[in-house]
Amino acid sequence: MVPRKTTLPKKGLALNPGGSGPAKAHTKKPTPWKNYLAKFGFYAGIVGIWELVCLLHIWPPHILPSPVSVAQTLYTGFEDKSLLIGIGVSMQRLVIGYSISVVLGVTIGLFLGRIKYLEHSLGSAVLGIQTLPSICWVPVATLWFGSGQVAIAFVVVIGSLFVIIISTQDGVKHIPPLLVKNARLLGIEGWRLYWEVILPGALPAIVTGMKLGWSFAWRSLMGAELLFATLGLGHLLNQGRVANDTSLLFAVMVVIVIIGLLVDHLIFATVERSIKRRWGLLVEEH
Amino acid sequence: MIDKSPLVEMDKGPSPVGVARRVAPTLSRPIKLRLAGVSKAFRSANGTTTLALQDINFEVREGEFVCILGPSGCGKTTLLNIIAGLDRAGCGDVLCNGRRVKGPGMDRIVMFQESVLFPWLTARKNIEIGLKSRGLSREARRVRAMDFLRLVHLTKFADAHPHELSGGMRQRVALARSLAMDPEILLMDEPFTALDAQTRWILHYELQNIWEKTGKTVVFVTHNIREAVCLADRVIVLSSRPGRIKREYKIDLPRPRDDGSVEVAALSREIMEILRDEIEKVMKEELDEGSCKECDVKCVGVTPDGRPSKTVGAG
Repeated sequence: MVPRKTTLPKKGLALNPGGSGPAKAHTKKPTPWKNYLAKFGFYAGIVGIWELVCLLHIWPPHILPSPVSVAQTLYTGFEDKSLLIGIGVSMQRLVIGYSISVVLGVTIGLFLGRIKYLEHSLGSAVLGIQTLPSICWVPVATLWFGSGQVAIAFVVVIGSLFVIIISTQDGVKHIPPLLVKNARLLGIEGWRLYWEVILPGALPAIVTGMKLGWSFAWRSLMGAELLFATLGLGHLLNQGRVANDTSLLFAVMVVIVIIGLLVDHLIFATVERSIKRRWGLLVEEH
Repeated sequence: MIDKSPLVEMDKGPSPVGVARRVAPTLSRPIKLRLAGVSKAFRSANGTTTLALQDINFEVREGEFVCILGPSGCGKTTLLNIIAGLDRAGCGDVLCNGRRVKGPGMDRIVMFQESVLFPWLTARKNIEIGLKSRGLSREARRVRAMDFLRLVHLTKFADAHPHELSGGMRQRVALARSLAMDPEILLMDEPFTALDAQTRWILHYELQNIWEKTGKTVVFVTHNIREAVCLADRVIVLSSRPGRIKREYKIDLPRPRDDGSVEVAALSREIMEILRDEIEKVMKEELDEGSCKECDVKCVGVTPDGRPSKTVGAG
């Protein structure tokens, strides 16, 4: 137990307790190119089979469009800018609604996690409303705000707000109490406590909530645009339905998937990983 | 409640080392901390009251290193929390610098058993965040943080995050942060318990060194007898539940002490004999779940000017 040593180390000697030095930060393991190749091969195979099925003429092209015609529609859509405009309009609506949602959600979540009374009152309400699919808000939104931008923003906000609130609240609840206690001992109180301790302490959970919130917002937006909006990707889908243009439907769907994947992988996955690494939460999988 | 007074010797140059130690004998130094009749009872869920601390009285003088030693469950951590203002005494008074302790304040910084560094901040920023409460400018914070990292030999790791540091290093950063706050009293709650024996041995040595350089008043809670003998000027031995002061030892061994040395071992043995009764009592109590019969303690505290204050119920 107690080391039996009769001599003392030299005064002022730089010591390194633990002996082993710092616990080495996670080593990054690059994804091997073979993985990418396998992935690419898989998707190429799918498209190949799809094309093959179309060539067999089992279903008429207005039921199942061929990949080539979908690609053509995509090309013309980008060339005459109709798809680009759709993407632009949808993204703009999304960004507006989602930003409101993040600011509101994080703020409400922080207080819900800290104030017992709010947790029991507003917190239970949030959990309840959260079970309502956001598309159910569309009729109310049109009655309250007409069928304009405000109604769409409302549906997007309501669709993504609750998951952000809940994640934030959860993150706050999981901050070790000793950390908050210690912050108070260090004289960090009031707004500083929220801004410098609670918010960063809950940040990993907040980012997870934001990621979920984004996908919820995206779905709500598509739903709302399908039902009553002009312009936007959802509106294009509706147009495709009216015009019996399946290749347009497929093209728009492909665009929606690609946008979803890009945002999820490029933005959220990166942010989430870097935050978790910095917070020391990342367990690198092998 | 937060003391916003500027730090003494803050702008006197880069060195955090200011006070010369051992200039005056302990007894002639001013009293920093005074506990008078402190008791604390807990009410458990089934309605029984357990007395955790009973009539604790002691004083700590400026620059003194006092260890509070006791078996586990004797209420030492509760006592430390009461001094820190994180917990309220059932009755009795805690006076820090003559002022009654009403809540946490920057004049009493606690160093906990586990590292409570903010994981999202680097070692240096962890120190700076506390200095911000002291109203220091960005540049002053930086300089002071680096000074104290130098004191614990961690300047090389100033920009490392806590998860990149070993347990011993994290505790040294925590120590640097506590010292950088320049508290009147540094409270330490078994800060080295979670570390392995070698690391602890080295940190004991470093802590003595740093304490001699800075001349801080320290109240150190531990259940480790050797640790107490190795570090303290004075060891206060608490009895098992309810925690009462059982004995006080003055440790006059020359410093720096080695917790493996013969003198420390001999003294530890002596204290061990006293403590053994207490540990046996705890085990017996756990066996026949004896509940407390002396819970209605008479409470006598003192007011800041030394007169007895009014009696309040324990708990």
